[in-house]
Amino acid sequence: MVATLLRLKLQILGNGFRRSPWQIVGLAIGGLYGLGVLVFMLIGLILLRGADTELARTILVLAGSAAVLGWALIPIIASGIDMTLDPQRFAAFGIPQRTLMTGMALAGLVGIPGALTAILSLATVIPWWRSPQEIAAALIGALLGLAGCLLYSRCAAAWGTNLAASRRFREIGMVLLIVPIMFIGPVVSTTVQGFRHASGDLSALASALSWTPFGAPWALPADVAVGDYAGAALRVVIALAALAVVMWLWNMAMVRAMVNPPRVTGGKRSAGKLGFFNVFPATPTGAVAARTASYWFRDPRYMGSLLVVPLLPVVLYLNASRQGHYDLLLIVGPLVAFLLAWSISSDVSYDNTAFALHIATGVSGKADRWGRVIGCCVLAVPAVLVLTLGSLAISHRWDLLPGMAGTCAGVLMTGMGLASVLSARYVTPVPKPGESPFKKPPGGQGLTLAVQGLGMLVLLVLCLPQGGLMIAEVITGNHVLGWINLVAGPLIGAVLLWLGVRIGGRDIERRGPELLAQLIKNG
Amino acid sequence: MPAVALRGLAKRFDEKIAVDGISLDVPVGSFFGLVGPNGAGKTTTLSMATGLLRPDFGTAHILGVDMWQDPLHAKKLLGTLPDGVRLFDRLSGEQLITYAGLLRGMDRVTVAERAKDLLAALDLTADAGNLVVDYSAGMTKKIALASALVHAPRVLVLDEPFEAVDPVSSANITDILKGFVASGGTVIISSHVMDLVQRLCDHVAIVAGGRLLAAGTVEQVRGGMSLEERFMSLVGGRHEGEGLSWLRHS
Repeated sequence: MVATLLRLKLQILGNGFRRSPWQIVGLAIGGLYGLGVLVFMLIGLILLRGADTELARTILVLAGSAAVLGWALIPIIASGIDMTLDPQRFAAFGIPQRTLMTGMALAGLVGIPGALTAILSLATVIPWWRSPQEIAAALIGALLGLAGCLLYSRCAAAWGTNLAASRRFREIGMVLLIVPIMFIGPVVSTTVQGFRHASGDLSALASALSWTPFGAPWALPADVAVGDYAGAALRVVIALAALAVVMWLWNMAMVRAMVNPPRVTGGKRSAGKLGFFNVFPATPTGAVAARTASYWFRDPRYMGSLLVVPLLPVVLYLNASRQGHYDLLLIVGPLVAFLLAWSISSDVSYDNTAFALHIATGVSGKADRWGRVIGCCVLAVPAVLVLTLGSLAISHRWDLLPGMAGTCAGVLMTGMGLASVLSARYVTPVPKPGESPFKKPPGGQGLTLAVQGLGMLVLLVLCLPQGGLMIAEVITGNHVLGWINLVAGPLIGAVLLWLGVRIGGRDIERRGPELLAQLIKNG
Repeated sequence: MPAVALRGLAKRFDEKIAVDGISLDVPVGSFFGLVGPNGAGKTTTLSMATGLLRPDFGTAHILGVDMWQDPLHAKKLLGTLPDGVRLFDRLSGEQLITYAGLLRGMDRVTVAERAKDLLAALDLTADAGNLVVDYSAGMTKKIALASALVHAPRVLVLDEPFEAVDPVSSANITDILKGFVASGGTVIISSHVMDLVQRLCDHVAIVAGGRLLAAGTVEQVRGGMSLEERFMSLVGGRHEGEGLSWLRHS
């Protein structure tokens, strides 16, 4: 049965290639990359044979811990990344639990990451090829480490799926993914700087890790090499105990998954909480505004844009503080205004076929457009206000306040005006309701790129008056330009917004059914 | 004047002709069933009648108002339950009904009263505050039906209203719809469950391959047979003979 499961995994891997030749290209690139890593690492391990015990131990413990941690964490971050052997799919077959778990754990070895980890784990014997005791200890350590990789990852994946069955948890996870993505830049540069000073700390880190389940297996041979047999025994106990705990946890997750098929849970909440519907006036425009405002807080696709608001200033601040040049921060207000206004440019595409309700009720185009603009303002206006004032305060440039206020208001209104036209005219393939905000739907990439790219370009051009005046004011230091901006910026923006809503509203009324047909076709 | 009058409705999707010239009168005060096999064009026909899909040819009148010339007026008379479209499912059930009512231009007090009544009538009161995305298929169908009823329309067009709905709720919905017809309203439902149509409806139309095969009162159309037998004889496609002999155990 275990062999059948392994064959199944191989078969699924093979079938993937039949579906698309690009999968083969992907495998070839992955394979080449893996081969490179393998050769590089093997050379390193051979060189390590000549190094002293302390250095070998530090390097092996650090690298080994990183590998085990990676195996344990990746399934949590990318939940559902490899669910080819999802236990729930076997629920109907009545396979003994133990057999299924053995098969699933070993299936982790099938594929490039698994094979690479297995070979390299066993290759950690090379540096210790000095005495029979050290070889034996290295071998035991390698097997314990490898078992850790396989079992931790299965356990994490099983609990990940269990938790992902709850919609709320899954969606929060999808949205929070944006945090690491936005901080990759600053984190990498800080880490690189940190490493220059901290090479001495690495061996301390390694000895700390060697007492955790992640590092213990890899420290085993070094203990034996220096004759610390008590330490070696203790590390074996740590590794085995951790494996036992993880097996128990995994078993529990499996039992839960087998017995409870995924279903929607959650308490019952009764009527009476109308939220934004009680805030806005009881008109069609107010209703659309209330609905879109609710969506900003409930739909992960909108929440993704929302998360940019607090993160962008942090990233900009980190950059500015490293360069000691806080004027850069000033861009945050207009930039967030630009981005938030732009975020409603695919509003109808985000509605998907639920837009049918607007057609069926015959809501006027004007109400549809103004509602969406007002719904966006609920969030955009306070966000832009806070960020603009904050950036002026941190950079001590209160002299730019009038110009800044004009620019932000103008950009926000201009952006929403253009977005009102675009979302009424073009249906672009966007993530469907309930899908990850980062999913790029296949097909129509050309159109999406054209609409989004050209649209943004047009918006940049439309924002030229405010932006130009602002830049001119900063360069020349002539604050009269700022006062002009304060009056002209919002005025131009208001005219463009009014025009955009009018054109978009007319389009919705004329071509509503065609929009809907396109939405249905995109599914 | 009929509640719904379709004349020569036709629609083509690329190569496929989905609806091939359907003309149909639905009398006021009738409980009208539209039946047909999968892919017969039922949903396409109803979408064109309710203003969701622009026909290539033909006209649709709701109580004498041309749907495609004066859509705002025609849609006021209609309550629509489309099949296969999403709902604004990030709203709670109560919010969704409220949203539909407010979009129709109703006032807050009336909407609140009716939302409460509808939630109670459709056994949804306990879940009113939950998001529609967390509803089961049957509950989703019921909340969509509630959104179609909130403005007290004169004509109801319901595409597969009983799909996935539990028997108790089905019976409650049936009572609501029968009461609506008894008070002079008109209901059109589409279905492929013949027994249900024969039991509920007084008029029926059979469509297949985008064409109208028969229409009239249920008695006229079935002509002494059961509706199911009549439907099979018109549409065809039954397999004769034994088949799958290995599945039989004796």
